[in-house]
Amino acid sequence: MKTFPIGGVHPSENKLSCAKPIEVLPLPEVVNIPLAQHIGAPAVAKVAKGDKVVTGQLIAEAGSFMSANIHSPISGTVKSVDLVANGQGLRQPMITIERDGDEWAEGIDRTPTLVKECTLSAQDIIAKIKDAGIVGMGGATFPTHVKLSVPPGKKAEVLIINGVECEPYLTSDHRTMLERGEELVVGVTILMKALGVEKAVIGIENNKPDAIEHLKKLVAEYKGIKVQPLMVKYPQGGEKQLIAAVTGRQVPPPPALPIDVGAVVCNASTTVAVYEAVQKNKPLIERVVTVTGKGMKEPKNLLTRMGTPISTLLEAAGGLPEDAGKVINGGPMMGRAMCNLDSPVTKGCSGITVMSGRDAARRTATQCIKCAKCVSACPMGLEPYYLSKMTQKKGLEEVEAQMVTSCIECGSCQATCPAYLPLLDWIRLGKQTVMGIIRARAAAATPAPQK
Amino acid sequence: MNAVLLYTILTLCVLGVLAAVILYFVAQKFRVEEDPRIDEVEKMLPGANCGGCGFAGCRAMADALVKNDDISSLSCPVGGNSTMKAVATYLGKAAAEKEPQTATVRCGGTCDKRPRTNEYNGAKSCAVAASLYVGETGCAFGCLGFGDCEVACAFDAIHVDPATGLPAVDPDKCTACGACVKACPKNIIELRKKWPKDRAVYVGCVSKDKGAVVMKACKAGCIGCGKCEKVCQFGAITVENNLAYIDPQKCKLCRKCVNECPTGAIKLVNMEPLPKEPKAPAAPAAPAADTAAKTDAKPKPAAKKATPTKKTATE
Repeated sequence: MKTFPIGGVHPSENKLSCAKPIEVLPLPEVVNIPLAQHIGAPAVAKVAKGDKVVTGQLIAEAGSFMSANIHSPISGTVKSVDLVANGQGLRQPMITIERDGDEWAEGIDRTPTLVKECTLSAQDIIAKIKDAGIVGMGGATFPTHVKLSVPPGKKAEVLIINGVECEPYLTSDHRTMLERGEELVVGVTILMKALGVEKAVIGIENNKPDAIEHLKKLVAEYKGIKVQPLMVKYPQGGEKQLIAAVTGRQVPPPPALPIDVGAVVCNASTTVAVYEAVQKNKPLIERVVTVTGKGMKEPKNLLTRMGTPISTLLEAAGGLPEDAGKVINGGPMMGRAMCNLDSPVTKGCSGITVMSGRDAARRTATQCIKCAKCVSACPMGLEPYYLSKMTQKKGLEEVEAQMVTSCIECGSCQATCPAYLPLLDWIRLGKQTVMGIIRARAAAATPAPQK
Repeated sequence: MNAVLLYTILTLCVLGVLAAVILYFVAQKFRVEEDPRIDEVEKMLPGANCGGCGFAGCRAMADALVKNDDISSLSCPVGGNSTMKAVATYLGKAAAEKEPQTATVRCGGTCDKRPRTNEYNGAKSCAVAASLYVGETGCAFGCLGFGDCEVACAFDAIHVDPATGLPAVDPDKCTACGACVKACPKNIIELRKKWPKDRAVYVGCVSKDKGAVVMKACKAGCIGCGKCEKVCQFGAITVENNLAYIDPQKCKLCRKCVNECPTGAIKLVNMEPLPKEPKAPAAPAAPAADTAAKTDAKPKPAAKKATPTKKTATE
């Protein structure tokens, strides 16, 4: 069975909510919409305090090409456009909307009928996706229209749909594939048309045999779409890992992108959102969020409007258990621990994982014993112990030379370390600092030719 | 056997002499001329290699001191004015007199004033914690307390006090090299003018949050109310982005702002606070400042005159 060639770990899966059908969460009374919930420039608010908005109305416009539109997830009144604490407690500009009824913007088709035919041209499809503010919903939140706009001189050969969901606990993509498979497959045909490719592969790890079966049946009537079962290994859902697993091609180190090896990867939930945007004119205003954890009374998959406070989701899944030690936005491997539970669900929030104090506590770090387990676990072929140490010693030139920018922050190194060293903490800091240095260097280099 | 030994020794000796001769001529030919004064100046410098002067180490600083004609912009924070004067006299150049400075930790969020809202158990480093999230308390600007400044200090002058959770500076050891200022990811530490007897008045807060947010997170934070700005006669205090800042160059340590501050964010070090005036709260703001000025003006009338002109200038 196919998988990616180097590194990887096998964390316990704990897919507690994989058999729970998607439930629709009641409309929230108040939502907070961050202006920056995607990679790239933050969106620019188009509404002001006191404005009336309806569901699906554009409330913030993409700040640049590498940005995304944001639409109102509910109808009501804008209460403020101000700094609000996000999940990490950091103040971010957000639009706060108070709900009043449930009025929708014109032109949005809310009927459940499946529309298979798409007569739009590739340009129009991309324009529609851009208008709908769709970003990668697997967590990286890369604007989808940017991904689909293939730069001149490069050619897309294959579209890969990411249904891997390798992160432990999370099941939102799994449930989406099962319950909205028809829409997903139509979404794949739309994306294929937008990219002008003949071939599409839906990559699914074989711990989801029901999803594999279901989609195999559905794609039988379409030409060029294939379902590829993959061996279970973390982090197979990483873009570069998935490309390697499906096509056998290695994406060169940054700044190279998947398109350099002719691949475009799109998450399964994103593909459904693309279907809704193109066929139903529905912008990205809701998503499936897995609320899970060993201590949770009822782990659930909730269809949630963007901006809903995470505390509401936790309530819907039976409330925080008494022994809760950590609430993570995302899964336990790549998610970010939260210190503010009133923070909103954003476009990239695929799950909320609650861990008990005992599970969440880190064990005391000891000395590196140079066992090199982290090196063999790293799916990018880096040397985590070295990057971590060099960041601590402030040897940033060396950290940059050792390709810290290639790190995908999957946490395999930290998970595998027998000395419990906080490897990823340091590497992430090193990566951030080096990225800052690279950006500063680029900024210093650009004005020079103008002179 | 003996002959072999003898020849070996002789050959080696000849080779050695040959190599020495070659090396002598090579050294003559490729000799690097270096100003001998650089060595002398380096000896005068403290040899801490802290980088506080902006150069890679004392040798690089000595090099710069010898090569630059104008050394007024260079200064050694560790050696201070005496070292710079000695160097300047040796080189026959003029060194600028620099007022002594000391590192000041601008955060008053001690454990009891700023309650913890969560627990961090990642890598024990302020830089790492700051890159991840807001910190263990509700304040997004305050000290994280993991001691990056302590690690950065080459003079053992700054230590995190376990009782307060905040770093404390030993003014006798602090050389104002600025290593801690660079190490702090929250930009809390500032190099401020060093007064005699280590006296100081400064705003112990860097939070740019609105008053209500600050109050919720910390009982010792600046809420940007502007009372201190109004009471200051010397125009030393400015409130910007909900945060007061006392300009160390303009501040005369009159301590009036300390009494005005409702949260105690303005810190007073090694000085007795002014006695509180009972009538002050009843009177309207402007006359209160006036009467306060009169009572205080006895020893220095010049300062009192300066106040109105400055005010009109700014308005």
